Amino acid sequence: MESIALMKPMKIVLYTIIGCVVALMVFQASTDAAEYDYIDISNPFLRKIPLAVPWFKNVSGGADIEELSVTLPDLLSDTLAFTGYFKMLDRQAFLMDLRNPDIIASQINFRNWTAIGAELLITGGILMKDGIMETELRLFDTIKEELVIGKRYKGGTDDTTRMIRRFCGEVMYHLTGHRGVFDSKIAFLSSLAGKKEIYISDFDGQNPKQFTHHEDITLFPAWSSDGKWMAYTSYGKGQPGLYIRNLTENRVVTLDKKGIQITPAWVPGKFELAATLSFSGDQEIYLLTGGGKIIKRLTNSRGIDVEPTWSPNGKQMAFVSKRSGTPQIYIKDMTSGRVRRLTFQGRYNTQPDWSQKGDKIVYSTMEVGRIDIYTIGVDGGNRVRLTENQGDNEAPSWSPDGSLIVFNSTREGRSKIYIMTAFGTDQRRLISMPGEQTNPKWSPSVISN
Amino acid sequence: MRKKLWIFTGLLLIVPGLLFTVSCAKKVVQSVPVEAPAAVVEEPVLDEAALAAQEQAAQEDAARQWQMQAEEDLQQTQLAEQAAKEAEMERAEMAAMQMFMNEDVYFDFDSSALGDMAKNVLSRKAEWLRMTMDASVIVEGHCDERGTSAYNIALGDRRAESAKTFLLDLGIDANQLSTISYGEERPVDMGKSEESWAKNRRAHFVVE
Repeated sequence: MESIALMKPMKIVLYTIIGCVVALMVFQASTDAAEYDYIDISNPFLRKIPLAVPWFKNVSGGADIEELSVTLPDLLSDTLAFTGYFKMLDRQAFLMDLRNPDIIASQINFRNWTAIGAELLITGGILMKDGIMETELRLFDTIKEELVIGKRYKGGTDDTTRMIRRFCGEVMYHLTGHRGVFDSKIAFLSSLAGKKEIYISDFDGQNPKQFTHHEDITLFPAWSSDGKWMAYTSYGKGQPGLYIRNLTENRVVTLDKKGIQITPAWVPGKFELAATLSFSGDQEIYLLTGGGKIIKRLTNSRGIDVEPTWSPNGKQMAFVSKRSGTPQIYIKDMTSGRVRRLTFQGRYNTQPDWSQKGDKIVYSTMEVGRIDIYTIGVDGGNRVRLTENQGDNEAPSWSPDGSLIVFNSTREGRSKIYIMTAFGTDQRRLISMPGEQTNPKWSPSVISN
Repeated sequence: MRKKLWIFTGLLLIVPGLLFTVSCAKKVVQSVPVEAPAAVVEEPVLDEAALAAQEQAAQEDAARQWQMQAEEDLQQTQLAEQAAKEAEMERAEMAAMQMFMNEDVYFDFDSSALGDMAKNVLSRKAEWLRMTMDASVIVEGHCDERGTSAYNIALGDRRAESAKTFLLDLGIDANQLSTISYGEERPVDMGKSEESWAKNRRAHFVVE
């Protein structure tokens, strides 16, 4: 039931109409969501958890779903491997009949799994009944020899990706306390059509679709925290102007102000955003309504103030300012109005993005002409370098669970989109598209498909 | 005897007169077919006058035409001279405008401050703007590719504003000038050397 409650009304309607997931049951509730001692979230990537995902059992036995008993566990493996938390064990090493997996606790010989090093095991059973597919998925702790979470999903065969992603979300929730990134999307810029436009892909870089059609330079995509609005800058009308566009309806707001209108950042939980405007002759950050009306000015310092990013509770705003002579990151407390400097090392610190966990800010530093990505504690301590000696690495953006960072890099020539874990491990290319891709922005976890 | 003389004289006058009359009458009858050539013969007489008139008219016409031609030639020469002059001026103006548009104002890295060179270039631009009061100009602010996209748009904005402010201080009408920043989005030189970057850190002027 909890999963249904998570679904948005639109989605439920959609499901009903196309006969997708019609039921979802927790068939063995033996878990305590508060226990996430499996993954050390201070640095879960130091040691990846060995996970085994055998082929699924074809319970109804029909040839119609035989192929899915192989492709679905592969999809599940890939989806979980994407997080960087797991070491996926090779099926060749499994001490079992691959074609006839045991999928419930009473039948599983857990020692056969611990013997090959598996600490977690996910089993699946699929059956087709009256044109509706049922998928049973179970996560086991092989050391404790117990079920962690079990779910049954019903739907059409074309809903299997959604079922797998949903279960992966459950797995992540029980291991980390966060449902992960599987409901999220990534907006980025691509020069594919000759001009820079915003594209949106799934969290894993699949299905990139063009979102803007200004046929001009378009920059700085920014998701609202409910995932319903995208603010960005485009030269579509000459000046670099701010656009606030609804993602599903054809609604768009622009501002009638001179000068630049750049780097929008939505206030979490509100229909308000901060952005840099220069109509006064100085580049200052303003707070705006989602309708594009200025509420107030947030920075008061002669010189460049750009790139606001909000703490998860919206009470603090980090931004880039040249007030001390070089671009550095500052934090403004919204209640007291006080501003403090966050970065002191390096002479060119820009592109801050505040983690949704709240504790860290990721940013880029330019040193000796090269740009690399760092994280820093919100208190200014614990500065960690995440990229090195691999071209320019820019525009970092946190995943909604704070476990991954998407960024663009020139490590393979032209700029492309890459991801890595919050600790800089598992760096890999995310999107394969012709042209140059830059400025990725990870959405919140609430995007409807 | 005297009477005889009068009669004789009279006869002498009448007979030839009769003779003449007869011969004339005969001649008339005989000359009917001849009359047409006689009329043809008459024509040159009439034509001569017309010709004379025509000739005079033609001469006057020719004189007029010559006069007109001369005037036209003169006019055309003048026009050509004027056009040449205008073209020359236009060329000069175009050259001035080209120079105005081609000569960029350059900046140091991460700076929107105007050096002496930049100020000299801007002073020349001010001269042109004063001479060309009807021109409206866009000052574009640009950056090199180093640094990051958003910061560079802000920096380009400051470069354009910095150039504009200098021109306003030289008395240029604010209505002649507007600014736009392209940050690092529109480099003129795609190279990866300081030489290329220096060319890209610029305020560029475009006449609308």
